[in-house]
Amino acid sequence: MENNIRKKILITDPTLRDGSHANQHQFSEKQIRSYSIAAERARIPILEVGHGNGIGASSLQVGLSSVNDLDMIRFAREHLQNTKLGIFMIPGFATIKKDLRPAIDAGADVVRIASHCTEADITERHIGYARERGKLTHGCLMSSHMASAETLIEECKKMESYGAEGVILMDSAGNYLPSDVYEKVSALVKNIHIPIGFHAHNNLSMAVANSVAAVEAGALIVDGTSRGFGAGAGNTPIEVLVAVLEKMGYDTGIDLYKILDASEIADKDILNSKPTIDSTSIVSGLAGVFSAFKKHVIRVSAEYNVDSRDVFFELGRRKVVGGQEDLIVEIAIELSSKEKSLRI
Amino acid sequence: MRKKMKVAILGGGLIGTDLLVKIMRSPWLECTGFISRNLNSSRMLKAINLGVFVSDKGIGAIEENPDQYDLIFDATSAAAHKIHAPIFEKLRKIVIDLTPAKIGKMCVPAVNISECLNLNNVNMITCGGQASIPLAYTIGQVHKDVKYIEVVSTISSRSAGPATRANLDEYIDTTENGIKHFSSAEKSKAILILNPADPCINMQTTVCAIVSKPEINKLKEEVHKMITFLKTYVPGYELVVEPTVEDNRIFMMIRVNGLGDFLPSYAGNLDIINCAAIAMAEKYAIQKYGEAHGK
Repeated sequence: MENNIRKKILITDPTLRDGSHANQHQFSEKQIRSYSIAAERARIPILEVGHGNGIGASSLQVGLSSVNDLDMIRFAREHLQNTKLGIFMIPGFATIKKDLRPAIDAGADVVRIASHCTEADITERHIGYARERGKLTHGCLMSSHMASAETLIEECKKMESYGAEGVILMDSAGNYLPSDVYEKVSALVKNIHIPIGFHAHNNLSMAVANSVAAVEAGALIVDGTSRGFGAGAGNTPIEVLVAVLEKMGYDTGIDLYKILDASEIADKDILNSKPTIDSTSIVSGLAGVFSAFKKHVIRVSAEYNVDSRDVFFELGRRKVVGGQEDLIVEIAIELSSKEKSLRI
Repeated sequence: MRKKMKVAILGGGLIGTDLLVKIMRSPWLECTGFISRNLNSSRMLKAINLGVFVSDKGIGAIEENPDQYDLIFDATSAAAHKIHAPIFEKLRKIVIDLTPAKIGKMCVPAVNISECLNLNNVNMITCGGQASIPLAYTIGQVHKDVKYIEVVSTISSRSAGPATRANLDEYIDTTENGIKHFSSAEKSKAILILNPADPCINMQTTVCAIVSKPEINKLKEEVHKMITFLKTYVPGYELVVEPTVEDNRIFMMIRVNGLGDFLPSYAGNLDIINCAAIAMAEKYAIQKYGEAHGK
C-alpha cells in the first residue's frame, strides 16, 4: 500500500504560543478553548500553548499575559485527547520550580526547552527534568541563522546528550532562504541521531518554501500555525503546510478538511490581526532580528519619533538575541537625539 | 605599614580569580590563601606567580590552618556553601558568600553595608542583583506602593562560566528575592540573557517598575545620588537610559564596564559582584584595624 511507505512528518502547532506574540499575549479563555477543540478535531499531533516566549515569560520586557500559562494549559487540556499538549520554555526566563514543574503537573505532554542557538548548555537541567517526568522532550535552538552549521551540530549534540529526543532549528527572525535551510538541516541530519525539526517565520515570504526545504533535507518535525498566526510576519501557515506535504507524498496524520476548518475557526475567533509581511517585517528579517521584537519596535519608534527600520537595522548590527527587547528603548533614544542634533 | 586583614579565596573559577587580582590592589586586604580543588589550572598558576599561598584541599585547607585567615570569600557553588557555612561558623570566621546559597544576610553595599558589619556571614546575592537592587531600592524609597519590579540583565556568553550556566534557576530565584526584599515590591521578576556577540557586549541591566503614580523627577535625583555612591566601589557603573516612563512603566538602564582585572572589561557581571564583595571586606578590615592606625 502506498500509505505504508509514506514518510511520517510530525507537525507541531504553536498557534496558541507563537500566536501570543501576534496578539500581545492576550488570548482569552474562549479563544483557547475554541482553537483547542478545532485542533483535536483536525488530529493535529501537538498543540503548543503559553506566552509567546514560553511559560514563565510573561513580563514587561516581552509582554504581560492576560491568561496565565497554567490556566492556558488547563483550558486547552480539557479539550485534548489524541492531540498532545505542548509547552515551550526558555531557561533564564522561567525556572523548574516556578514554571516547568507546575506546567507538567497541569497536564503538559510535550516539553520544548529553548536557548539562543549558541547557548545549549543552559538547557541541561530543564531537559533532564522534563525527561525525568517522562515527557516527550525537544530542544530548540533559537535565531539559528546566527550560527554556522558546525556550531549548530555542536549545540545539537549537547542537547542530545542532555536527553533531548529531537532538536528544532528555529528561524526566529525569518532570515533564512531555502538554500540555507537545506545546508543546515542536512548537516544536522547527517551528524545527529535524533530527529531534527524546523520552525519558520515568514518575514521574507519563505516560510512554506523553507519548511519544504527542511523536509527535503531530512527534517522530521515541522511547525505551522493557523493562517501563520505568530510573531512578526507570522509562521508557516499550517493549512498550507499540510496541503503541500500531502501533495509531496508525506504523511502528517492531519485531516486536510479538518485543518482547513480549524484555520477558518482561527480566522473567525482568534486572529485579531492577520499576519502580513509589512515593511518592518521585511527589514526585521533582513536584519536578522527576533520576530517578536516587531510590536515593541513599532510602539517605541512612534513614541520617540524615529524610523522603525533604522531601529531594526541597529538591533541587527548589535547582534541582539531573543529577550533583549529593552535595547529597543535605548536605541530609539539614541537615534532620536542624533536626529535632533542634525536638525540644529 | 598598615595592618591588613588576612583573607582566603575559596573557589578558583572566574569569580575567585578576578577577586584575587582585585585584592592584590587593596590597601586593607591581603590574600593569604587561594584555595581550589585543582592545582593544575592557568588560574592557579596566576596565583602562584602573584606569590600567593595556594592549596587544592578545598575547605580542608582552612580547617588545617584557621589562624591564617580572618575572612573567607566563598566563590564555590550554592551547594558547596551550604556545607561550608557551619564549618566557618564553628571556626568563627567572617564569610562573604558569592554563591546564591541564601544563607547569610543579603548584602548590597550601596544599600545596607552598615547593617552587615556585625554579621559573620553575608551573601552577595547575584551579579544582576548587585546591578539592579540599588535602583530597585531607590524606586522603593521614592514610591510608597511598588506593585512590581522587573530586572533584565544581559551578559556576554564568555563571561558566564559553567557554574553560572548550570545555576540559572538559582540566579533567578535569588535575584527575585533580593529585589523584593530591598524594594518592598509586591512582586518581582528577574530575567537573564546570554548574548554571544563578538566583540563581547558589556553587562547591561534594565529595571522596570509599576507604581500607581511615578515620581520621575524625584526618582531621577535619587538614582543619580545612588549611582554617584555606587561608583565609589564599582567605577564602571553607568546610567545609559535615565529613569523615564515608557508604556506605563518606569524604565531605566545601566551598563557595567568591568575593570578588566581577570576577564576583559565586558565582564561587568564578574566585576560588580566582586567589587561589592571587596567593598564589604574592606569595611570589615577598617572596623578591625582602621581605628588603631588610622592616623
